[in-house]
Amino acid sequence: MIIGLIILLLKIAAVLVFISLTVLFLVYAERKVSAHFQVRYGPMRVGWHGGLQMIADTIKLLLKEDITPKDVDKLVFFIAPILCFVSAYLAYLTLPFSPQIVVKNLNIGLLYILGVTSLTVLSLMMAGWASNNKYALLGGFRSVAQIISYEIPLVLSVLPVVMMAGSLNLITIVEAQKSLPFILVQPLGFLLYLTAAAAEANRAPFDIPEAEQELVAGYNVEYSGIKFSMFFLAEYVNMFTICALAAILFLGGWQGPILPPVIWFLIKVYLLVFVLMWVRWTFPRLRIDQLMSFCWKILLPLALANFLISGLWLVLK
Amino acid sequence: MLDFIIYLVIGIIFVVGSFAAAYFFSPHHPTDKKLATYECGEDPIKGSWIQYNVRYYLLGLAFVIFDVEAIFLLPCVLVMKSLGLIAFIELAIFIFILVLGLAYAWRKGALEWI
Repeated sequence: MIIGLIILLLKIAAVLVFISLTVLFLVYAERKVSAHFQVRYGPMRVGWHGGLQMIADTIKLLLKEDITPKDVDKLVFFIAPILCFVSAYLAYLTLPFSPQIVVKNLNIGLLYILGVTSLTVLSLMMAGWASNNKYALLGGFRSVAQIISYEIPLVLSVLPVVMMAGSLNLITIVEAQKSLPFILVQPLGFLLYLTAAAAEANRAPFDIPEAEQELVAGYNVEYSGIKFSMFFLAEYVNMFTICALAAILFLGGWQGPILPPVIWFLIKVYLLVFVLMWVRWTFPRLRIDQLMSFCWKILLPLALANFLISGLWLVLK
Repeated sequence: MLDFIIYLVIGIIFVVGSFAAAYFFSPHHPTDKKLATYECGEDPIKGSWIQYNVRYYLLGLAFVIFDVEAIFLLPCVLVMKSLGLIAFIELAIFIFILVLGLAYAWRKGALEWI
């Protein structure tokens, strides 16, 4: 009992350390990647090629004054960043990095992750509403509309994978791909998943909730200091989560020759993260009506068709 | 379940703890202008807790229908391999009815964003 508790606490500490380090790395990578896409250097001053820039930024965020404007709903304003970070962090309870490296192996892992990560939408709405700011309110509304819309193609594109693996346990799903990763039988499903997931995580070209040029940052416009950094942290944690889930569901997770499983898993995840960054710095932002009709009129019928065809193929095989 | 609660509580403690650390380290010099609502330098006119566009309500309704559909599909999909063709046909009928609903909403313009 006591030993189990200590192991659990150590695992949770490892998750928190991993999350913080990953976010530091991802923000650095994003700035470098975007810079090189635009033919400039990005951060270069602090440390070798700006390697310590993110640590400097973290210290700066911690030392900034945390302003709570006088017109806000104080309680909701305080809870929103907590909920935002916690909903992103909850996914790591069952996200496996290899068959051994997992906090708790749930048999409904996939459903659990889809459920807890969509709690983010509540926090964004709370932040937008509590701020009592027109920009924040518009950003909150938009993010709710967008995230709940893209939730549906996301879940539907995952269903064929569940059908083929016959399980919601993420480790079992990876082991079902021993001979052949599901991306080869589900190429459309993979594309649908990645598109819908990018929209779920508010990544450009689907970032209208925080469109800087029209909404000056959307739901987090009134946040500053540490509360802002929690939203920022959650955004990058979510990006890692969706890429990790894509690697598990479609790319065969940690399976690969020679290298140890964890290394394979991280290679696949970071490759996907790079693809998302590539997309972000290549395509312009969509308009809200284009965004909504893209989801309901293109992604949803495609996801349903993909589901029905792969179901038929599976039962007839 | 206990593990989940421990995990959740530690996550909340982590966030609140970093808030506390930041509170300890950061300066506090509130002024009237600093605490005002930020609207690009203009003085805000009235609050922003207003009625929202009915469009969002329609969207929420469509979301509930399709999300419940996904939840219904999940257990069925899990055992699809062993149930075989009959179950698949029933599933296809279920989806067909929902697609009719989608087509109706589309036709009525509920999916248009104006």
